[in-house]
Amino acid sequence: MSRFALRLSMVLMLSASAAHAQNLSPAAPLSPQLGKVASGELVAAWDMTILPSGDGLPQGSGTTETGARLYLEHCVACHGEGGVGGLNNVLVSDEPRPFGETGGKRTVGNYWPYATTLFDYIRRAMPYSHPQSLDDNEVYALTAYLLYRNGVVPAHFEANASALPKVVMPNQEYFIRAYPDWNP
Amino acid sequence: MRDNEAKALELPNTNGLLHRRVFLKGGAAIASIPFLAAGVSAEDRSAPDLVPEWTREPGAGMSPYGDRSHHEADVQRNVVSQPGTVGSGASRTPLQSLEGMITPNSLHFERHHNGVPEIDPKRHQLLIHGMVKRPLTFDLDNLGRYPMVSKMLFIECSGNSAALLAENPVQASVGELHGLVSCANWAGIPLSSLFEEAGVDPAAHWVIAEGADAALMSRSIPLEKIMDDGLLALYQNGERLRPENGYPMRLLLPGWEGNMSVKWLRRLKVVSEPAMTKDETSKYSDVRPDGKSLLFTFPMGVKSVITSPSAGMALRDKGIYQITGLAWSGSGRIQRVEVSADGGATWSEAALDSPVLPKAMTRFRMGWNWSGGPAVLQSRAIDETGAVQPSREAWLAERGRNAVYHYNAIQSWQILQNGDVRNVYV
Repeated sequence: MSRFALRLSMVLMLSASAAHAQNLSPAAPLSPQLGKVASGELVAAWDMTILPSGDGLPQGSGTTETGARLYLEHCVACHGEGGVGGLNNVLVSDEPRPFGETGGKRTVGNYWPYATTLFDYIRRAMPYSHPQSLDDNEVYALTAYLLYRNGVVPAHFEANASALPKVVMPNQEYFIRAYPDWNP
Repeated sequence: MRDNEAKALELPNTNGLLHRRVFLKGGAAIASIPFLAAGVSAEDRSAPDLVPEWTREPGAGMSPYGDRSHHEADVQRNVVSQPGTVGSGASRTPLQSLEGMITPNSLHFERHHNGVPEIDPKRHQLLIHGMVKRPLTFDLDNLGRYPMVSKMLFIECSGNSAALLAENPVQASVGELHGLVSCANWAGIPLSSLFEEAGVDPAAHWVIAEGADAALMSRSIPLEKIMDDGLLALYQNGERLRPENGYPMRLLLPGWEGNMSVKWLRRLKVVSEPAMTKDETSKYSDVRPDGKSLLFTFPMGVKSVITSPSAGMALRDKGIYQITGLAWSGSGRIQRVEVSADGGATWSEAALDSPVLPKAMTRFRMGWNWSGGPAVLQSRAIDETGAVQPSREAWLAERGRNAVYHYNAIQSWQILQNGDVRNVYV
């Protein structure tokens, strides 16, 4: 070993022990662990996640009839009468046939795989100009109405935490989970 | 460069592509530099066309926060919003006007679902809860003490380039066609450290991410990805995130479709099953030719596009041009980019700017001696996994006509006799 290399290795050893002595840790930085335990109140106020199993669906209920009235009040301006012909997304297809069979315009009725998604999306994001302004009963009612308009549920239907996960959407069987096998 | 010199550098039978040593020598780009003859009088020096006035008067002062030259004010994002809204839609990066691999923060593409929220950073919190030992909240002050990393990463909306699915080629700039992709240096905290602190239940497999915008944008993310390289990004190209890119904090999932990198991140719920949110079922699902729809097609495919010359530009005269563009892959590094000037009949390897980084933009370059005749320029990227960017024909044959997302096929620019550049299908 040359004198230079020897001196270099001594410097490295010294700096390694210096790092140790001063609790420095360049290789695996330590976490300062500063997270604060969240209160149950905060979690309850923020947690809006709903799973297709129905996990997370709140208490309450709403019927197609109430939904029809609320639709005229909150939704028709953007989505058109009965869910068609508006400026924004078409919500309703003519018949409850799966998109996977018939193609055409993708709507709630012929494409969306889970009814719970409809409740979740209306509750978090609609109406567009006043999101999160509807109460859970109103969201259930609008969900019931749109499912009825799409021919997925009968004219008199009450949406609630036990009924929604049981609704089988027409196109559900056409969905495949690509993760983790899919490669672009 | 003289005609015979350029000819000597041409690769045979390639419609004028030049050997890569053009860049090694740096010869092709050098133009003759005009100089003043000695003995110019003081009077001549004050002639503005000879000696510009800005050398003869004091310039402007320093500025606390810089802006670009006002001469560059036309370089702008292309903003398109949904009918009846201002906050739903996208703005696209003007790729045709940019160089290098970094997208300036002011020109990073945007995609919002109900506008850019005005968030008070002092009141913003990130909540991690669900299947964890301890539900935790973090604020910006606390997060400032965590070990950070920085990485060059592209973000691409999986709806990028969907205009290329139109029956007839849309005549628009490369930014308007392909500008839902940008690349920046993102700095932040590896999410694995925050999840380890919360203590994740081994039975958990997914994380539901939610933004603090008026759409409460929500996506289901595999826990594995979060723990592998998921980043809580706080800085963009050195400064705090821009409001339109998630200020004060966003999720960043390297290489995966942009919609999953939830902006204005406020909540991560650890769960066993995906939530099947609107944006991972009714949107961002891929309809196959057999009518089946794929959920969770996460990584972005290997892709490249020539940014110059590109549609809307015009070549003024035959002769030497530099073909340049960007390449990227959600699966790793770009290994090679090939360029064709004859619509894909022959391909030649382009030079790559350094550094070539995984899941970041790579700038490629190729010299070209345009004969003045017809030409179709294309680029084709190959990544380190060996994945090759497909032709439009091959992409359509595999994905079908109902597919909307993840379009990564080769772009063709036709050079017309008069030098105009057009989007074409070959």
